[in-house]
Amino acid sequence: MSFDSALEPQPSPKVVVTVASLAGKAIGMLAVLTLLTGVLYPLLVTAVAEAAFPGRAHGSLVVEDGKVVGSHLVGQPFSEPRYFWGRPSATAPVPYNAGASAGSNLGPTNGTLTETARARASALHAVDPTNTLPVPVDLVTASGSGLDPHITPAAAEYQLRRVARARGLPEDRVRALVAAHTEGRDLGLLGEPRVNVLLLNLALDRVERGAGVP
Amino acid sequence: MTASTVLQLALFCGLLVAIVKPLGGYMARVYEGEARIASRLLGPLERLVYRVLRVDPGEEMTWKTYALAVLTFNLAGLLFVYLLARMQASLPLDPAGVGPVAPHAAFNTAVSFATNTNWQSYSAETTLSYFTQMLGLTVQNFVSAATGMAVLAAFVRGFSRKSAATLGSFWVDLTRTVVFILMPLALVIAILLVSQGVVQTFGDHASGSLVEAMKAPSGETVREQVLAVGPAASQVAIKQLGTNGGGFFAVNSAHPFENPTPLSNFVEMFSLLMLPASLCYTFGKLIGDTRQGWALLAAMFVIFLPLLALAVTQEQAGNPALGGLPIDQAASALQSGGNMEGKEVRFGIATSALWATATTAASNGSVNAMLDSFTPLGGLVPMWLMQLGEVVFGGAGSGLYGMLIFALVAVFVAGLMVGRTPELLGKKIEAYEMKMASLVILVPPALVLVATAIACVTDAGRRGVGNPSAHGFSEILYAFSSQASNNGSAFAGLAADTPFYDTLGAVCMFGARYWLIVPVLAVAGSLAKKRSVPKSRGTLPTHDALFVAMLVGVVLIVGALTFIPALALGPIVEHLVAHGS
Repeated sequence: MSFDSALEPQPSPKVVVTVASLAGKAIGMLAVLTLLTGVLYPLLVTAVAEAAFPGRAHGSLVVEDGKVVGSHLVGQPFSEPRYFWGRPSATAPVPYNAGASAGSNLGPTNGTLTETARARASALHAVDPTNTLPVPVDLVTASGSGLDPHITPAAAEYQLRRVARARGLPEDRVRALVAAHTEGRDLGLLGEPRVNVLLLNLALDRVERGAGVP
Repeated sequence: MTASTVLQLALFCGLLVAIVKPLGGYMARVYEGEARIASRLLGPLERLVYRVLRVDPGEEMTWKTYALAVLTFNLAGLLFVYLLARMQASLPLDPAGVGPVAPHAAFNTAVSFATNTNWQSYSAETTLSYFTQMLGLTVQNFVSAATGMAVLAAFVRGFSRKSAATLGSFWVDLTRTVVFILMPLALVIAILLVSQGVVQTFGDHASGSLVEAMKAPSGETVREQVLAVGPAASQVAIKQLGTNGGGFFAVNSAHPFENPTPLSNFVEMFSLLMLPASLCYTFGKLIGDTRQGWALLAAMFVIFLPLLALAVTQEQAGNPALGGLPIDQAASALQSGGNMEGKEVRFGIATSALWATATTAASNGSVNAMLDSFTPLGGLVPMWLMQLGEVVFGGAGSGLYGMLIFALVAVFVAGLMVGRTPELLGKKIEAYEMKMASLVILVPPALVLVATAIACVTDAGRRGVGNPSAHGFSEILYAFSSQASNNGSAFAGLAADTPFYDTLGAVCMFGARYWLIVPVLAVAGSLAKKRSVPKSRGTLPTHDALFVAMLVGVVLIVGALTFIPALALGPIVEHLVAHGS
């Protein structure tokens, strides 16, 4: 079969009519499907979410002493030695800007990446000079979202003695808190074990307040 | 690879294969109009749509009418999104007050979502209102996927019908896909996601006081953290399911409100391959020989698995540039280690690399880690998977019709070897089909390479680059590979929100989508007209290992010959540099 014989001759007036009626159907179909998938569907999901998981649907907010101090799911910046530090964040203009998520997008061979990682390792070393262990990689690399709420158990272990010392708490007490805020793999299998930094730091503050330390 | 990595990958692939038959069988019943239980539940909705629009469910279209219906419907959707984005400031549901989208960004976004690409040159939470996201983007997430699946249904009728002039009705295929397949599945997935913490609210952005206040670069003290929220779950569910990929938030599924837990991550990753994989079985069912569908799925896995292994091992090996510093990149019981720049701790290496491979094998393009910061070869995997033409799973519907076009080429090559007229599934493959198949295979690479070349030789193109030397070239090559394969993922360091990139990218997305749909439907129309050739001893079986190997060979050889020179200038040279110094 040749190319031409595959084309069926059609009188042109008929094509014009077809296009016009197709356009009408197309617009109608778009309107109906917009109603179904753009209005009905999201409202249905919202209704079920409100009924079944109201806290989670609104951002899993953390309330401490009656005021919102953040979200279970979103990290915050920490730079004092008495707090566990989270992942470095590349959001602008400030780190952990949860109104404008962003990664660094630095390529693997970009000199800036290496220099930034070196500076972060030095900063960690500066607040804890006696610790000569290599720094776990998640503490010197920016997270994808800039909002990562977690660090690895290795990163918590690395910072544990510094935090205990800065707060005058026994190491075992801090280690127990870290363990209490470590989540294993989901269903024992999925993802990675991780420590929620905000919740851990809030727990540390609570312990100190309870112990009467100002 | 650690034991946990192997387990997670095996679980993912195992469950994926397990769902192919039940879901694929269901979809076949939907397109044959025989899904009884679903019809009892959702049939009234389907009939209501037909009644409102006066669609005759028994209507038949020639391939040209079908193609025209696809094009007018998509054009209407494109214009609607453009208008919404331009006028969102005077429309409701804009709690953050984001204002109108710039014309070039609105044009790019409209084309992007209509073509199932979902490339995002803008930053979602600071650019789009809830209204635009819902009525514009969520809708296009559904209908662009449904368009791909409808075209697949029409293409398959080209094989299953004999001496027929028509391919079914686009309106019926579109409605059935949305009502019986996409909406129910998306609803279940969205609620699963909310249960994990994905936000779903029309309220204002939340805010909380920081535990430790910080100094902004401007000098003022920051005590508040504003938390962008929104109706995310409903959009995220369909963005994964419909191989769309456009995130509700700027960093897509790396954002903790878009993908909060490893479990939500698994659900999202699974949803993105579920339909393209299952459609292989649907295809087999519809042509009455399920072995043909399994053979295509096998070919997809044969390409997918080695590339997955490459991505995982490269990312796990870490970044050699950090090797000389006092930094621990080794995997242990306490950390996943590896190249963690741009990755989230909850996902670690295994599921970040798996996601990157799955999302580019499918034409999804959502990400849970920043691909720009992947190791050179870890980043080569997603780039090459797109360049293979998005046929390894591929887009919902579009992946499989792309793979079937490659199957035409494979039987054609086989026919040349033995000197027989090639046949596929009882239909003679002749000059007309091969001309159309060449168009389908050659148009996307031409768009990618020409657009990349233009960007490399113009100031406007080079200004966007975010990383030096070979990696900067990779960013440009990735951007156009992504858009001209309707994928939508990015090496996001490229500043693509400029009139230059928005316009050139939109041309690539438009060309790659509709320039393929028309010849694909033309092939279907021509095949449907043909009589079926009875099987003889000389017929090449297309369901055995030999054919799978032929098909994989054709896909890889075309992909390799077209793109290796360009890849050599980007990721390959970067790999050599990274490990050489």
